[in-house]
Amino acid sequence: MKPATEPDSPARSKVQMILRVNGESHDVAFVPHKTLLEVLREDMRLTGTKHGCELGECGTCTILVDGVPRLSCLMLGLESDGHDIRTIEGMAGACGAHPLQTAFAELGAAQCGYCTPGFLLAAEAVLARDPTPSRATLVEELGGNLCRCTGYLKIYEAIELAAARMQKGTPDA
Amino acid sequence: MMRLPPFRYHAPRTAAEVATLLAGEGPEAMIVAGGTDLYPNMKRRHQMPKTLISLRHVDELRGVQMNGAVRLGANETLRALEWHGALKERLPALWTAVQSISTPLLRNMGTIGGNICLDTRCNYYNQNWEWRRAIDFCMKCEGTVCWTAPSSSICWAVNSSDSVPVFIALGATFTLVSHEGERTIPALAMFGEDGIEYLTKRKDEVLTHIDIPDQGTARSVYRKVRRRGAFDFPVAAVAARVALDGDRVADSTLVLNAVGPKPVVCEEAMAYLAGKPLSDEVVTEAARLAGRGAKPLDNTDHLSMWRKKVVQVETRRALEALRP
Ligand SMILES: Cc1cc2nc3c(=O)[nH]c(=O)nc-3n(C[C@H](O)[C@H](O)[C@H](O)COP(=O)(O)OP(=O)(O)OC[C@H]3O[C@@H](n4cnc5c(N)ncnc54)[C@H](O)[C@@H]3O)c2cc1C
Ligand code: SF4
Ligand code: FES
Ligand code: FES
Repeated sequence: MKPATEPDSPARSKVQMILRVNGESHDVAFVPHKTLLEVLREDMRLTGTKHGCELGECGTCTILVDGVPRLSCLMLGLESDGHDIRTIEGMAGACGAHPLQTAFAELGAAQCGYCTPGFLLAAEAVLARDPTPSRATLVEELGGNLCRCTGYLKIYEAIELAAARMQKGTPDA
Repeated sequence: MMRLPPFRYHAPRTAAEVATLLAGEGPEAMIVAGGTDLYPNMKRRHQMPKTLISLRHVDELRGVQMNGAVRLGANETLRALEWHGALKERLPALWTAVQSISTPLLRNMGTIGGNICLDTRCNYYNQNWEWRRAIDFCMKCEGTVCWTAPSSSICWAVNSSDSVPVFIALGATFTLVSHEGERTIPALAMFGEDGIEYLTKRKDEVLTHIDIPDQGTARSVYRKVRRRGAFDFPVAAVAARVALDGDRVADSTLVLNAVGPKPVVCEEAMAYLAGKPLSDEVVTEAARLAGRGAKPLDNTDHLSMWRKKVVQVETRRALEALRP
């Protein structure tokens, strides 16, 4: 059932926009009140970005906007205009998985995996700022991403392993 | 899924254009900054603006200026303030408050102006539309009764902003711009007595900047109580500013928040502190007097009786931290 006070459709017709996602420009049409999460999943079929609480309370919808982790459930598709969006689909490079992805798989940092895309992107942003983060920094910076399976420890350990490998320039050895 | 209701959307480039649009669109328009308060509220159908006026292209509302005083652009992100080293050094209490807001992800998005204009919160209000309809709507939105205090004629939804008590303690002013001009008000004057009319800011006004006067030798602290170390809003909070003359209090401000619809300035405790050293006895008595102003009800996390007690404990700790 819909609330009685729903405003009378000021803007239900679709807008057409070029969205820059994972390094490619996409011509996308969507209704202007859709969140970027909805646009990515429903209009672009990029379902790697997960849909959790929709209210900013879980972090599973995390994406990178110009390299900064943001919640795609709390920004409009319209608001990504002119920005560089990165989703989990864009994380693996031409030569395979990102060192963070490899380390997550090796150390069991993903169990059900629902939180994993958000954690990976948030972790990538942490490492871009601080290539050798302390455990305290990881705990603080990943404080907006919830995981109900792992107990977080394996996630921190995987990020530390990936960070060490990236320092040495040996992605997965 | 909880989707946003439809709206018209504008993204002007100057504060003057924002003011013109607000005047033209009337009271059903709302400003959106980071959207971290407004979009959840729209999804839950608490706030249903027909028009959104976004500040995302209004560059003049950003930035931090520091000489003796400090000026913050209202649309600066919480993260930019958190990562501003000089600001952290100069105004540690404000830094503590900003850094404690929600999560790093939300601080990348949320702004300081949005934090000041944050909607008041209540367990009976911050629920989706179906939940609220199931128990029948409350006075703050669509209904006629207050579920927190059924015989109350006012709404007790809680001012839950972390930065607001600090701004009041530091003697900050807020500048508001409308199509009719500009006015600057003391931080406390921004807030109404009731959880529904929680801002005195008119709907056609945009908050442009915050000015914090030179603090001289005064020092401040902020203490926040919440269940988890991230995500959670305060359920009790205190900001304390003390200027000492030798070991005695020359001047102080104590402000409580998250214990009612409006931040509480603890006048009685402040008068008591004047001229006294921050001894154990004095600090305990000041905390007791401050706690009298807190009237928390059971509409947040944690029991109201506990919040009323803990506010005294936190006030005492805040004053202890300001000893010479
Ligand atoms: C999970 C979660 C946890 C949170 N935890 C906390 C917390 O611990 N502490 C806390 O204080 N907050 C918390 N918040 C609330 C919110 O994230 C912050 O208060 C944030 O600073 C709001 O800023 P914003 O720019 O996103 O505001 P918006 O959502 O854009 O706006 C909020 C309100 O302010 C108005 N507004 C915004 N800017 C202006 C302006 N310049 N002039 C006039 N009006 C304006 C808007 O119209 C709207 O009514 C939390 C939110 C979520 C979702
Ligand atoms: S305090 Fe009462 S009127 Fe206000 S939001 Fe809560 S239940 Fe509704
Ligand atoms: S789905 Fe965005 S924070 Fe939970
Ligand atoms: S792996 Fe299941 S929620 Fe994190």
